[in-house]
Amino acid sequence: MTENFPPVPIALTVNGRKQEARVEPRTLLVYFLRDELRLTGTHVGCDTTQCGACTILMNGRAVKSCTVLAAQANGAEVTTIEGLAHDGKLHPVQQGFYEKHGLQCGYCTPGMVMTAVHLLDTNPHPTEEEIRHALEGNLCRCTGYVNIIESIRWAAEKFGEKDVSR
Amino acid sequence: MTTEHKPAGLIGQSIRRVEDPTLLTGKGCYVDDVQLPGTLHMAVLRSPYAHARIVSMNTDRAAQMPGVERVLTGNETERLTIPSPVMVPGQKIPPHPVLARGAVHAVGVPVAAVVATTRALAQDAANAIDVEYDPLPAVVDAEKALEPGAPLAREELDSNVCYIATKKGGDVEKAFAEADHVVRMHIKSPRQVAMAIEPRGAVANPEPLGRGLTVWLSTQSPHRVRADLATALGFPEHKIRVIAPDVGGGFGSKGPLYREYVLACHFALLLGRPVKWIATRSDDFVTMIQGRDQAMTSELALKRDGTMLGLKVRVVANLGAYLYSNTAGPPQRMMAMAPGCYQIRNAHVEVVAVFTNTVPTGPYRGAGRPESVLNIERLVDKAARELGIDRIELRRKNFIRPDQFPYRTAVGVEYDSGDYDKALSEALRLSGYEQLIRERDQARRRGELVGVGISTFVEPSGGAGFESGTVRVERTGEITVLTGSSSHGQGHETIFAQIAAEKLRVSMEHVAIRHGDTLAVQQGVGTFGSRSAVMGGGALAQALDRVVEKARRIAAHLMEAAPEDVIQADSGFAVAGVPNRIVTWRQIAAAAYGRLPPGMEPGLQETVFFDPRREAWGFGTHLAVVRIDRETGRPTVEKLVLVDDCGVVINPMIVEGQIHGGVAQGLGEAFREQMLFGDGGEVITGSLVNYAVPRAGDIPPMILGETVTPNPFNPLGVKGVGECGTNGAPPAIANAVMDALAPLGIDHLDMPYTAPKLWAAIRAAEARNARG
Repeated sequence: MTENFPPVPIALTVNGRKQEARVEPRTLLVYFLRDELRLTGTHVGCDTTQCGACTILMNGRAVKSCTVLAAQANGAEVTTIEGLAHDGKLHPVQQGFYEKHGLQCGYCTPGMVMTAVHLLDTNPHPTEEEIRHALEGNLCRCTGYVNIIESIRWAAEKFGEKDVSR
Repeated sequence: MTTEHKPAGLIGQSIRRVEDPTLLTGKGCYVDDVQLPGTLHMAVLRSPYAHARIVSMNTDRAAQMPGVERVLTGNETERLTIPSPVMVPGQKIPPHPVLARGAVHAVGVPVAAVVATTRALAQDAANAIDVEYDPLPAVVDAEKALEPGAPLAREELDSNVCYIATKKGGDVEKAFAEADHVVRMHIKSPRQVAMAIEPRGAVANPEPLGRGLTVWLSTQSPHRVRADLATALGFPEHKIRVIAPDVGGGFGSKGPLYREYVLACHFALLLGRPVKWIATRSDDFVTMIQGRDQAMTSELALKRDGTMLGLKVRVVANLGAYLYSNTAGPPQRMMAMAPGCYQIRNAHVEVVAVFTNTVPTGPYRGAGRPESVLNIERLVDKAARELGIDRIELRRKNFIRPDQFPYRTAVGVEYDSGDYDKALSEALRLSGYEQLIRERDQARRRGELVGVGISTFVEPSGGAGFESGTVRVERTGEITVLTGSSSHGQGHETIFAQIAAEKLRVSMEHVAIRHGDTLAVQQGVGTFGSRSAVMGGGALAQALDRVVEKARRIAAHLMEAAPEDVIQADSGFAVAGVPNRIVTWRQIAAAAYGRLPPGMEPGLQETVFFDPRREAWGFGTHLAVVRIDRETGRPTVEKLVLVDDCGVVINPMIVEGQIHGGVAQGLGEAFREQMLFGDGGEVITGSLVNYAVPRAGDIPPMILGETVTPNPFNPLGVKGVGECGTNGAPPAIANAVMDALAPLGIDHLDMPYTAPKLWAAIRAAEARNARG
């Protein structure tokens, strides 16, 4: 059981905005984003770091925000699903999911999209095998992954020549 | 207001989904995203035992902890129980309290609940409740639960049998007496977890002075759950508003009213504050209804030439420890389609539904269909092998023929339409079947284990009951559709808008689909059993027709023409022969809410409660090629061909998505997924660490095909498609795996076909064969 530990001050950048807060030490980053910053696009789907619905970008890397303490994100630059589209224009990966029916219930989708953004940032021309491998940490129960893979291929083909992250 | 219209018609086009921009930008609203000021959070303490008496409970320490507002045990909630309807005459319904009283009958049963100011403090307090248990003997396996001397899963009853039900037709004994050959099998379908990625949740918000209660629930069936909630709480239904916001998948498991929903509402009414409960994945693993777990013992009687004469099936269905509203349902479904797509004039099917000390079962994608298809398709393959008849020819010989529809089966169910050979032939064509068989035989000669399997199946959809649809033309001519069919990922907002826009000849952006709110939507049913396009679509189509007819009369009045001379035109109506002069929906609406001639009722809104009093029987053929590594037992799907016939297709992209997802779940069932309990009822696969759902790397390429046999009894000609993947694919894989193992003399293995299971079977067979 947790006794009363003093709150921890943190400062981080989320979707380009500086945020400062005092958090209970045990607060997970995902709950800080959801409950304190009201960025509810990042979802929680399990309690064992398997499903990946909570995936965000932290310092440019895709991480599962259910397995990072908010305190560990002190000083970090965080991007969530809410930070991808700019001026009403979808990020290419979001556009790919729209074009290729890459989502059904939408619950795993933010995590899938963030994982795919990280993949294309680091590997703009992935093979299908590389896409499947990149998605190993993200579970979807609706799509059978078929159209998620198609969505990411669409984004890679359409925007592979450009920097897809921005 | 643009009046762009797609002249080619919207039904049948792969329109991109209306839902997606919201969901893709993180702006969806699932239950846990509902954040009300002053919310208290609920945590639940659950039984670690499968069967035990509760000796004592002490909540004193928990009640004193920081942030805790209230702790409740079963002693203080004795009136709160989960209502279970009688689905089968003579069915036993043991008590189902929302908090255990006196005893627990499965791991995960709530024994106490806490509300506190934060989620974490509530959980801390729940962990501080002391409970002393006295363990009792448990029973886990349904067939063992029927043996003499088996422990009683529910000590209130005198046996473990919940109900026995029978369906029969023809003269089964005569059929078996006249048979040249009888095929016998015993097949167990592995217990499955639905595993929608969004866990369940509830937010209950009471209005002051008992005026009402608004509840956000992650549910597939808001109206039905509301009625059950009212019954459970003793709070009037018409004062409860249930909202199913965005729902993150369900697959059947979000159908019933769950105990935690009642508890959250009870706390909210008790304390006059909003209460939120969000399940953890671990909670869901031990408390949501699970699927399958039916053991089937069957005999199929045939003539030497392959003519099927009779079928006997005995199903022992594991219901788990408690009954939810739909727990008794799947075995009924299994019975109703036991003869599959074959002319079997004599059948006797019996279900023995059994209580055990396990998580309750209920509908999971297919809900009795996958068990039934698995049973008959394994029997047919085995019959072909034993009679030395080609399995394709055996199927063709016994298919119900297209000219026999509507066809009443021996178990008293009427199929509307079908052309089973057409789907089979298409699957054979798409797969290059002859070549596949040649390749398989070559591989066999090299000692490799390769099998080709097919399943030909029916997919009953629509289900019992009605669905509702309202079409309202607003004052500005915008169209609002209220449907009782509430979505949890199936794309209702897109396909219903396609239907409405096509029928009204407006563009889709002028149509808004509203669902999942009992205050906004007339009584409805929900989404399960592949029913939305059939039932929700049927209700919508009829309501649209009525709106069009009324609007035609209004247009005729406005144009001073006879109604029979008024025809629909893009964005409104015109007089036949004068296509350029259009009265728009906006003008018609203005008249409907303004001045109408005497005798015409104001308004432009129609509601239909649609009940075709029959199901829609889709069908298909799935084909799989499976290779098994002889050394390691590791199976690989080398080809997967899926031909489905769901009648008229509204949106091919969405239909394909349904097939992909269902097949992926079917692959999970066939190769990996199984909920396991130890002999004492302890949970072995209680998290995603050890319950193996398919990942992106596990899914082989899928080749999709279709045939289209319109449903003659539906206004849109549609049939359901949501469950074909879990119905058709696992039996095709089972038949492929057993075909691959046939050279070793292995007769049958139950799913899931994990590498260790196959490895052990191969080694044992080799040892047997070496001994000669």
